[in-house]
Amino acid sequence: MSLTLAYSALLTGVLVWLFLVRKFSAKPWDASVPISALDGHDESVERPPAAKVGLLAFLGVASSLFGLFISAYFIRMGGGHGADVALSDWRAISESPLLWVNSIVLVFASITMQSSRVAAARGDARRTRSTLFWGGLLTIAFLIGQLIAWRQLRVSQFFDPSNPAVAFFYLLTGVHGLHLLGGLYVWGRTYLRLRFQHAEVIDVRLSVELCSVYWHYLLIVWIVLFGLLLAT
Amino acid sequence: MAYVAIADRDNAHALHDPQTFLTKYVWSQDHKVIAIQYAVVAIAIGLVALVMSVLMRLQLGFPNTFSFIAPQNYLQFITMHGMIMVIYLLTALFLGGFGNFLIPLMCGSRDMVFPYMNMLSFWFYLVAVLVLAASLFVPGGPTGAGWTLYPPQAVMPGTPGAANWGIVLMLASLAIFIVAFTMGGLNYITTVLQARCRGMTLMRMPLSVWGIFCATILGLLAFPALFVSAVMMTLDSLAGTSFFLPAIASLGHNATHGGGSPLLFQHLFWFFGHPEVYIVALPAFGIVSDLLSTHARKNIFGYRMMVWAILAIACLSFVVWAHHMYVSGMNPYFGFFFATTTLIIAVPTALKVYNWVLTLYRGDIHLNVPMLFAMGFIFTFINGGLTGLFLGNVTVDVPLSGTYFVVAHFHMVMGVSPILVVFGAIYHWYPKITGRMMNETLGKIHFWSTLLGTYAIYLPMHYLGIMGVPRRYYAYSNSIDFIPLSVQQANKWITISAIFVATMQLIFLFNLVWSYFKGKPSGPNPWRATTLEWQTADTPAKHGNWGPKLPVVYRWAYDYSVPGAPEDFIPQNVPAGGNIPAGHDGHAHDHDHDHDHDHDHDHKRDKKS
Repeated sequence: MSLTLAYSALLTGVLVWLFLVRKFSAKPWDASVPISALDGHDESVERPPAAKVGLLAFLGVASSLFGLFISAYFIRMGGGHGADVALSDWRAISESPLLWVNSIVLVFASITMQSSRVAAARGDARRTRSTLFWGGLLTIAFLIGQLIAWRQLRVSQFFDPSNPAVAFFYLLTGVHGLHLLGGLYVWGRTYLRLRFQHAEVIDVRLSVELCSVYWHYLLIVWIVLFGLLLAT
Repeated sequence: MAYVAIADRDNAHALHDPQTFLTKYVWSQDHKVIAIQYAVVAIAIGLVALVMSVLMRLQLGFPNTFSFIAPQNYLQFITMHGMIMVIYLLTALFLGGFGNFLIPLMCGSRDMVFPYMNMLSFWFYLVAVLVLAASLFVPGGPTGAGWTLYPPQAVMPGTPGAANWGIVLMLASLAIFIVAFTMGGLNYITTVLQARCRGMTLMRMPLSVWGIFCATILGLLAFPALFVSAVMMTLDSLAGTSFFLPAIASLGHNATHGGGSPLLFQHLFWFFGHPEVYIVALPAFGIVSDLLSTHARKNIFGYRMMVWAILAIACLSFVVWAHHMYVSGMNPYFGFFFATTTLIIAVPTALKVYNWVLTLYRGDIHLNVPMLFAMGFIFTFINGGLTGLFLGNVTVDVPLSGTYFVVAHFHMVMGVSPILVVFGAIYHWYPKITGRMMNETLGKIHFWSTLLGTYAIYLPMHYLGIMGVPRRYYAYSNSIDFIPLSVQQANKWITISAIFVATMQLIFLFNLVWSYFKGKPSGPNPWRATTLEWQTADTPAKHGNWGPKLPVVYRWAYDYSVPGAPEDFIPQNVPAGGNIPAGHDGHAHDHDHDHDHDHDHDHKRDKKS
């Protein structure tokens, strides 16, 4: 919960600063103030695309979700009240070495997505297409790797659903994987447009950029989750 | 080249153009249609919950009389009533209904920024409602765990719906609802941030939009907590995990679970549950501010302070959750902390109340139906808020916890108060939605019977609570010595009042339908209001809202009774020194809407020339 609290405090602090402190001097009841002086969006100032703002807001929601899962993980481990009771049934498991390989694959997926973004910004259609393709393929490889890791745990001596360490392993990796699947849906649509519907690079530049942002975000989440699983 | 927001694009590029009945009214991406879809489904399922409350009251008022209300049914009614009212009615209606309708219109946009996702949001919501309703028909019926769904009892045999489908369907429905809310919520936030028309600065937004906007942020950050707990409890229930379930003996046998933490669930639930109070309250605060200002013909008192207060409440609402858990056995030092934050959150809330009252002070108060409901809200909210101060203090809460005092408190503060705003808002915006006025006389009968009726219900409940009468009991047998006979008398009175209030809602429903066909034509701006939704070319507003040209905003939303102005209101889209558009002078018109439309365009041409 303390993590969530810190996160919420940070987010609300940013929001307060963004929306209010900057505008604090505004006197909305004074109709004689010219519009441009009030909102600062005269024609030369660009607003970020709605999709980008929407994605950032979604990343806020996802952060809240993962933050709460991690808080629950700590409390269930015994970090909260009733620790003496909770600790007794938490039996640490040894994570499959395959997770290291998967992590490296995801890092490469993220790097490839970034290079696709750079290529799209340059207007290089061929490179955008190829790097986008490999980015998605590596992500699919990561997900298959995760499924294999699930299977390995299923047949190992550690498997016991009533052990919260096992349950959390499936839960955290599962939720992370579902988020990647959502990303792959957008990736698939973007790639299809580029590959088969002959869309221009400029038409998909925003989608590629947002995909890369999302992939980096999910990579960071995975690093945090993996670190958590290794450390406990 | 500057980026062109969807709000600033011309019709051809910005909008899909629905042609068929299905795309216009069923699979619609128009925010106004989606708002009505949300509202209709929310009110429909809300009526189911209302009937359940009457059934509960029948049992409490006249025990051993109705054989079809068994103890397990009673618990199921309680659970479904609470969950439906809080989430599927109030949250959905305020954000999915009013949020969808008001944000684009009040911000001067053509639609939400992601219309397709907005449509999906509604259909996911409908599925969530259907899954919840399905639990009424499965073997074992819906869950009877209480709306808080506390483990271990929520998933242990003995609780209605725990051994069958009830609890699983409830959790699944909640998860689907949260997905729906997230899709809608991302739309509301992004639309407010990205699609405001030119001149509509954040600090010129009507407080309704501020309330809905901040409530959406709260929802997007708080609903994940419910999602996490729903997923984990589903796994506990179906997959044999022990996230929440401790080692426990059930019906004489040791359950396979062990080591889980029921307290963890409570923390997660209330981390969602308390912001949920404000997810419902903040839109109500915003809407009531606009109703009061419009119908008192006076600018809102302390606009900037009101915005700050909404923000402060939104921030603080994340650090008060454990005041629901004083008796849970959590660390007692937590109680001190959460009592303090609870008292602190009362400050911005009280500030809003003062500002509402000061808005009324020396205003030109029109006691029409929306105004009556708005004033009823202030009165009720003060009542409910004050009992909240009682319960926020640990030492007072401990003896009152789990009694009818709590039931009375939360029904006053987050049941009756927001519902009064919902009614006021429907009476207020109905003319813009349909082009017709609702019947004033029926509205007043509805208001007075609802207001006085709810007081007849909930004031005695405070007394019951102070007597120590526990909530959620099916019946109070003679063995409970400390409960005097007068309690049963009070229960009878409450039940009769509840049946009365429930019946009087039929007047509202009748008015809603009758006025749609027979109501007096409203004209575009019957309340002589300043906000943008009343300045649309057509009433009801057509697809795309604004015709060929988007509005430009020159002033805030509260220019009422401006000294020297020819009328007692100046719409937001009138420049300094400009005239109020013809046809927008406020009185209900008998001529048809196309005629109004022409007037409006003539005026625009005049302004250009």
